[in-house]
Amino acid sequence: MTNVAKIKEPAEQAPIPFTRKDMKTENDVRWCPGCGDYAILASIQKTMPTLGVAKEDLVFISGIGCSSRFPYYMNTYGMHSIHGRAPTFATGLKVSRPELSIWMVTGDGDGFSIGGNHMIHLLRRNVDINVLLFNNEIYGLTKGQYSPTSEVGKVAKSTPYGSVDHPVNPMAIAMGAEASFMARVADTDAALMTDIFQKAHEHKGTAFIEILQNCIVFNDGAFVQVSDKKQRNANQVLLEHGKPLIYDDGKKGIALNTDTMKPYIVDLEANPEKTSDLLVHDEKDATGMLCHVYAWMRHPEMPIPVGVFRALQRPSYDEAVNAQREAIIAKEGRGTLEELLNDGDVWDVD
Amino acid sequence: MDLQPSSKSSSPQSLKEVVIRFAGDSGDGMQLTGTEFTRAAALAGNDIATFPDFPAEIRAPAGTLAGVSGFQLHFASHSIFTPGDAPDVIVAMNAAALKANLNDLKEGGILIVNEGSFTKANLKKAGYEANPLEDGSLDGRRLIAIDMNQLVAKALDETELSPKEVARCKNFWALGLMYWLYSREPAKQIDWIQAKFKRKPELAKANILAFKAGYAYGDATELFQETFEVKSADMPQGRYRRVMGNNALAMGFVAAANKADLPLFLGSYPITPASDILHDLARYKRFGVTTFQAEDEIAAMGAAIGAAYGGALAMATTSGPGLALKGEAMGLAMILELPVVVVNVQRAGPSTGMPTKTEQSDFLQAMYGRNGDCPVAVLAAKSPADCFDTAIEASRIAIKYRCPVIVLSDGYIANGAEPWRMPKPENIPEIDPGFRTDPEGYMPYARNPDTLARDWVRPGTPGLQHRVGGLEKDQLTGDVSYDPENHETMVRLREEKIQNIANDVTEAQVEGAQEGDLLVVGWGGTYGALKQGVAAHLAQGNKVGHLHLRWLSPLPRGLEDIFKRYKKVLVCELNRGQVWRHLRAEYLVPAEKYTKVQGLPFMVSEIKEAIDAHLAK
Repeated sequence: MTNVAKIKEPAEQAPIPFTRKDMKTENDVRWCPGCGDYAILASIQKTMPTLGVAKEDLVFISGIGCSSRFPYYMNTYGMHSIHGRAPTFATGLKVSRPELSIWMVTGDGDGFSIGGNHMIHLLRRNVDINVLLFNNEIYGLTKGQYSPTSEVGKVAKSTPYGSVDHPVNPMAIAMGAEASFMARVADTDAALMTDIFQKAHEHKGTAFIEILQNCIVFNDGAFVQVSDKKQRNANQVLLEHGKPLIYDDGKKGIALNTDTMKPYIVDLEANPEKTSDLLVHDEKDATGMLCHVYAWMRHPEMPIPVGVFRALQRPSYDEAVNAQREAIIAKEGRGTLEELLNDGDVWDVD
Repeated sequence: MDLQPSSKSSSPQSLKEVVIRFAGDSGDGMQLTGTEFTRAAALAGNDIATFPDFPAEIRAPAGTLAGVSGFQLHFASHSIFTPGDAPDVIVAMNAAALKANLNDLKEGGILIVNEGSFTKANLKKAGYEANPLEDGSLDGRRLIAIDMNQLVAKALDETELSPKEVARCKNFWALGLMYWLYSREPAKQIDWIQAKFKRKPELAKANILAFKAGYAYGDATELFQETFEVKSADMPQGRYRRVMGNNALAMGFVAAANKADLPLFLGSYPITPASDILHDLARYKRFGVTTFQAEDEIAAMGAAIGAAYGGALAMATTSGPGLALKGEAMGLAMILELPVVVVNVQRAGPSTGMPTKTEQSDFLQAMYGRNGDCPVAVLAAKSPADCFDTAIEASRIAIKYRCPVIVLSDGYIANGAEPWRMPKPENIPEIDPGFRTDPEGYMPYARNPDTLARDWVRPGTPGLQHRVGGLEKDQLTGDVSYDPENHETMVRLREEKIQNIANDVTEAQVEGAQEGDLLVVGWGGTYGALKQGVAAHLAQGNKVGHLHLRWLSPLPRGLEDIFKRYKKVLVCELNRGQVWRHLRAEYLVPAEKYTKVQGLPFMVSEIKEAIDAHLAK
């Protein structure tokens, strides 16, 4: 019996190049016209050929929900699984087949309501897969109930008088699970999406990407401040490693009050000299301090942080599991069935 | 001090079989004493069967009835199939252990008690108003009362151990006494203690001293008039080891993966009484095993399915409540048509029930515990050693038919032990995973015309990219389909595929009378009790047959004809009649049932009487 189900050695052959067209399936895409999912699909299909991964080594795994139809539209291997459990299938697959590039697609209900537990454990184990969280702050497929990321007071089908429960903050939860890679992007920002997807692929460990996705039917305009290209610059701050937090076309910046540990806005037009006070982004900050600050920066008080919050190297689960087994085999020798059966008190009857 | 087999002048009295029950506080180490005495019997060539019975609490309050832990061992110079109904000997380490077990002792049986633990406080905790060792209530038994506490303390006088540590050595003292009483060779046991406490030499020394003191005590005192011996059993030629059901399952899956040349992947969440399979497989890493301790039962199942999708021999282990949680994911595995084995070591339910107690009450859950029409393959192991073959059979069928297979074991065979005549590894048949790699004409849901199994294609195979999922799919392309006719076809195909497994497994076989008055039907871990109950009737000339079902879904071929050969059919099971109900529904056979739901296995005498009653009707 082999140790892993590897089909071919990675270096055996260079991947055959392919284009975004090769990523399309014959299935009609059945999201509502104008849904944010279309733009995300286009960005993914555009990014995949750039990764240097063979087409057959790409796998898309999803749970249940509008976003989870995604694998049907990708001409790769794919599994549309059950509600909330995509991380479990992805984990089992990645541990068995570490050479595959696995992309998990989930939504705010799938990933943070029914599947919240698995999401936490996926992130803390740091399984080397890429998670696309389509956060639209609403349940779409079940036709418009509030979700665990909906704001308090959300009037929806199941809450005609407004929701009363407090929402979760996906980035804060990811931080709590010590996610090694966290990023955020709006569904209308194709360039940033592609950039983040590429970085997520390069990252060893779970890459958690919150995509602010517009549900045109049940929650239209939930993220209009950043998805509307005219408003975007004024309302979002792009995090770039080693660079100060500047936004609104250079007019404003973010600094940290080190007494209160709270971020505040600096008017750079009025005080250009204060550029040196600005917070400088460090995606490798191991304390988690900066991500904590970013996770709680909310519109309208603050601009919404987008880009890569964190990209920190720590051992991935799949790598560790496989390395441990191989180390034991290297040390103790490969076990045979003869040894297995005789490992105990045996006696012979003649 | 050198120990020689009994120095008393008379030679030991030869017995054909003995049933001993060790009972004490759950902290007294009775499971270890029982296991070790079992090992000695097995190595001496006896046939053995054991029944450990312990509370779910790790340490229930000391001295109470709730905290009593027992271990029953049946050893014999002939073939045996159960741990025995009533003990010939009970070793009771305290008053509660005596109270909880006394009624089971055979008439005139030997009662060895540690009178040092019969303190006022312990008597009260056990609910005794007067000391039973003194008030004559034990008359009729051969009572041997020994203050083991004091004798152990004396034997360990020179060690540096605390009084608490000294007290913990008394299980080895009791073991030493039993070694002497049953004429066992002590040298190997001493070696074992040395090895077990290798890193704690002071404990090794103390336990050896206690063991030797117990042995010497039997030899030197006049408490016992005789010693006994049970000669080795006449067993078929071969290499043997003692094995427990959970252990045999773990080895069986490693063997299956080896024969299929696949990596073995286990997804599991700890649950009594299945956890030992996880523990064993976690130790077997050097055999190419990957174990994943998941965050919950659902994740364990999901990870197994993910691994199966990737091309591993994938499995999950659980018990009843865990199987309930796995239902939805198992439905996905079924519609994806991927091979995955789920082991359910059944325990007494419903809900949390009695986790350490045995039952066979998950049959209907295994059959129907999923949404939609969702048949899967279900088979049951009949004894600890049989678990090995069951694991291989389950894996072979899962791989060949690309379907989930549920293995039903139970707490009784999971923790019970028996001698196992091991197969030669080269005699275990190979299993062909039959992965598809040819893109020519590939359709994800096209089927093998014989088995109706679809192709197993691993991600990473060039040119075979496709999507699978829980939505109903077209019968050939696998694309999502809401077509009414297609759905009916798919539901029927998936059902027929499971039924086809019956072509691939052994036909039902009856032991005992091949026709006659009564057919006893059972499944799973009740095999030994049913076999011996039927054997007793056969010895009386009664025409009774015994049919033990290995495959429950699908049922084996030929059952209808078998049922017709008997005037009556009696289904015996440890639930309220689940397989009974199923057989009646499938065959319209007017079967009757004999059931027991006490968290305990059947006794042979119960089966014998149940047959009596039905023959007389």
